[in-house]
Amino acid sequence: MPEIIYQFYGGVHPPQAKISSQDAIVSAPLLERYVIPLQMHIGAPARLLVQKGNKVLRGQMLADASAFVSAPIHAPTSGLIKEVTTCLGVLGTQLPAVILESDGEDTPAEPLAPIPNWQDSAPADLLRRIGDAGIVGMGGAAFPTVIKLSPPPEKKIDTLIINGVECEPCLTADHRLMLESPDKIIAGMQICARILGVKRILLGIEKNKSDAVDLMRNKTQDTSIQVCALDVRYPQGAEKQLIYTLTKRKVPTGGLPMDIGCVVQNVASVYAIAEAVIDGTPLYQRITTVTGTPLQSPGNWRFRVGTPYAEAIRLAGGVTEDPVKIISGGPMMGVAVYSLDIPITKNTSGILLMSGAEVSQYQSKSCIRCGRCNDTCPMQLMPGILSVQIENESFDLAESWHVMDCMECGCCSYICPAGRPLVQHMRRAKADVTALHQAAKAAKAAKEAREAKEAAKEAKNSPASAPGKK
Amino acid sequence: MQAVVILLSTGVLAGLAIALVVKFFGVQSDPLLEEVAALTPGANCGGCGYAGCAAYADAMVSGEAKPGLCPAMSEDNVKKISALLGVTSEVRVRKVAVICCRGDDDMATRQAFYNGINNCRDAMQVAAGAKTCTYGCLGLGACARACPYGAIEITSKRLAVVHPELCVGCGKCVQTCPKKLIKLVPASAPLHVLCSSPEKGVTKRKACKAACIGCQKCVKAAGEGQIRMNGFLAVINYGDPPSAEIASSCPTGALSASIAGTEQSGPENEVINA
Amino acid sequence: MSENEIRMPDTSRLIVSSSPHFHTTDSVSKIMLWVIAALLPVTAVSVWHYGLPALEVIFFCTAGCVAVEVLCARLMRRPIEINDGSALVTGLLLGLNLPPGTPIWICLVGALLAIGLGKMVFGGIGCNPFNPAIVGRVGLLIAFPQTMNTWMTGPDAYTTATPLKMLSDAHLAGQEGATNAMSEMLSQVSYGDWLLLNQHGGSIGEISALALILGGILLIALNIIRWQIPFFYILTVAVFTGLAWLSDSSLYAPPQYHLLSGGLLLGAFFMATDMVTSPVSRTGAIVFAIGCGIITCVIRLWGSYPEGVSFAILIMNALTPLIDRMTAGKPFGAPKKKGLKL
Repeated sequence: MPEIIYQFYGGVHPPQAKISSQDAIVSAPLLERYVIPLQMHIGAPARLLVQKGNKVLRGQMLADASAFVSAPIHAPTSGLIKEVTTCLGVLGTQLPAVILESDGEDTPAEPLAPIPNWQDSAPADLLRRIGDAGIVGMGGAAFPTVIKLSPPPEKKIDTLIINGVECEPCLTADHRLMLESPDKIIAGMQICARILGVKRILLGIEKNKSDAVDLMRNKTQDTSIQVCALDVRYPQGAEKQLIYTLTKRKVPTGGLPMDIGCVVQNVASVYAIAEAVIDGTPLYQRITTVTGTPLQSPGNWRFRVGTPYAEAIRLAGGVTEDPVKIISGGPMMGVAVYSLDIPITKNTSGILLMSGAEVSQYQSKSCIRCGRCNDTCPMQLMPGILSVQIENESFDLAESWHVMDCMECGCCSYICPAGRPLVQHMRRAKADVTALHQAAKAAKAAKEAREAKEAAKEAKNSPASAPGKK
Repeated sequence: MQAVVILLSTGVLAGLAIALVVKFFGVQSDPLLEEVAALTPGANCGGCGYAGCAAYADAMVSGEAKPGLCPAMSEDNVKKISALLGVTSEVRVRKVAVICCRGDDDMATRQAFYNGINNCRDAMQVAAGAKTCTYGCLGLGACARACPYGAIEITSKRLAVVHPELCVGCGKCVQTCPKKLIKLVPASAPLHVLCSSPEKGVTKRKACKAACIGCQKCVKAAGEGQIRMNGFLAVINYGDPPSAEIASSCPTGALSASIAGTEQSGPENEVINA
Repeated sequence: MSENEIRMPDTSRLIVSSSPHFHTTDSVSKIMLWVIAALLPVTAVSVWHYGLPALEVIFFCTAGCVAVEVLCARLMRRPIEINDGSALVTGLLLGLNLPPGTPIWICLVGALLAIGLGKMVFGGIGCNPFNPAIVGRVGLLIAFPQTMNTWMTGPDAYTTATPLKMLSDAHLAGQEGATNAMSEMLSQVSYGDWLLLNQHGGSIGEISALALILGGILLIALNIIRWQIPFFYILTVAVFTGLAWLSDSSLYAPPQYHLLSGGLLLGAFFMATDMVTSPVSRTGAIVFAIGCGIITCVIRLWGSYPEGVSFAILIMNALTPLIDRMTAGKPFGAPKKKGLKL
């Protein structure tokens, strides 16, 4: 099949700064203490299964999925549950968490039964395994994978897209993973394809990772997997943009990829799927890039979840100068944090330190309407005009200008010559519009309930007013 | 001459057209409604529970709502409306907003410099505002901007404070505050617990010098049932408020009168009878 | 490596902000500096040709604009933002839009009108609906018609007949039956000279079409202005006047006459492209440019003013919010739009 690559609208070319792309993945040493948040995924926090003082083994389930959109959490090592408490999350809020004190033995729990002959297993069994292993989207959003892989029967899926784009500058974890464990990734892709029953598998990799493209092409020669080398442009790896680039299909507004027959999985997620299915290892570790110019020796490590950021920085040799920003994730969509006590979770793709020279502060000057945000917005919105509306708190106006379609990729803020924090405006508007909708819905429900009550009262009153009742 | 004729006839025609439009499409307004609407404060704060003053006036005239729901209306106007509509109004306890945080820059520490939009609701999206106490006031003035009566001030040390003499208790700020720090309390209550953090006393103390550290001294000093503990946070029973003297029992000053403005002014309980 | 050799970061002075954490190195002041750079060729040519009278006008307009901005910011108790260079650009453009030898006090009044009335009353940079330099120019044009219509053709040589005024007169004569008025007037024109150095009189910035085009190309190459605006503006004027010329060449001048005369090139490259007052999107820019072209032609061919570029741009400035709204594209993945969104 000839390789056809389409061009998505907009996008920017930030500096790549992938300084750790040649550093092989190193397994981080065992720590004495892990802080494991019970919410490492989108959806409801997991339901705790252990108590203070319990002994747990590596890979033992600490908390189980508590709702449809939720995922279980497993112990990263063996040891004692020291405390059930809260810990600081990347968003600056307190999350429920358990503190696990390692016993140094790292004794594995009874593993989930490996399924080496997955080619013959029923898709339902494979799905259940993925759910039990607590696998979530490891690209950043941390949406439970099992939901993505079980589309409702009326949605006909014909294409599985694997996201090896890693378009975020600085991050190299997925790149290294593809170079070092291509076979596991390919197995993972085939497991996903078997679950979904699709024949067409596309693996998208940006051209700046030509070694990974060549290796994956080599390894997939006699499979149905098609490796596509994509132009380097941010946000090539955004789900909707990647689907468009590879298939020319557009995810409808408010819709999901499955609406147009596609499922997208990150390479780190399919790797975790392969580990869970073939080896029976649940998801309690991940590859994270620790990078940035202030660091002594940036690199890629395999961390167990619950490792505090401080430990990651210590492994990277500490710093040569004090950073001005510490970011969880990449520089375009990552979250600035202020504490090194925050633990690495299932979706921490990178820890980035920025020096004072690299950090430019938001000025929040007036918009000069240059229209560059408009040209770069991959969702074809008008961020400049929206931000002025949002500054005036005209949220319904902003909604009619499609603010809810914003995916917060950051292209507009990156390009803005006036240094306006456009993404922050969008994020605020999205939160407030959602809140307004919820309030309106609640008000409507309350009104209906009141009317129903009144109607019932009237119905009760009319027989009461009939003669002879009182 | 021609010009004069043309102008005159245009004027006459336009006048006729307006008269006809008014005659056939004009909306008859209810004089009673207009009178009632004129007595509403016109700030459209929504404190009555309706979309604005006009909507509330409409509801009063149609008998759906009673006069006296409006927190900003003077006693006189409530009486006038009640007389106009021939109904009795409700007993009203004057309420004011209080910001349950005393953690200004002198008291509370910040973990990082926040760089972004100067609004609490925006700052919430960035590390929750980066204050050490994740429950504390960010002092970026979302409530002050939302207040239709200008009753909230942001001090130079980045803390929002309510001026009770200006506050009418409409509750706009309560909805706006992203940290959910603002409560509506009876204006007569002399003391408030100006802390909202449910954390342990030690943790709170590290983050803020003015936190309620859960020492329970006030509970002992107050009368039976006037103050109770909710976890590590003292809670005032506004139905039976403690007297102002026991503020001295609080080692951190978290238990205090409203920290803005002068002494509480205005009538304590407005009882309105028509 | 032992534990104490590792230096851990000091987390007490961190900054937190919203993503993204990388930013372009471009800034408003850089953009404005490039615009000034693009205007330098034409400024240099005019100063070389007219000498002191042009330099004076340009200097006092620029200095006046900066001064008025500082003054207004002070009065309005707003931060002074002259560092962004937008007042400089406005001043330079205003100067280039005035006749050489304009009295200094009129230049200063122009600066007051441009920055005070055109920009600061709306809240400063980014908030003005109309191009400030044009507000200044049009204000002066209405207030001082005599001064604003006396032009230098060279050092110490004055005329009141710019090419467009001559055209307008010839057009009127043609309408009254003098069929040879137009051809007589056109026979005096040498397009080559015009392109390089305008000897026929006009605003300071109309001195050299070539210098303007050079500057415009620089801005387009740097992606500072949208190429759509000058391209479609000039194209519309060419097509419109071309059609008129083809219909009756004894009554209308050929398109090249219209393209090179008056402030069309200055307007198309530097005034209509003002970011603040032109539509945000590419489609909007095209609509805007075509609108400017049509209005310019209508005023030039049938209006009482010989020149219509300033008015055309002002009128289209007023329509910009509407154009923005109408050309707001549908987002990626949205269903096909039905009808016009108004």
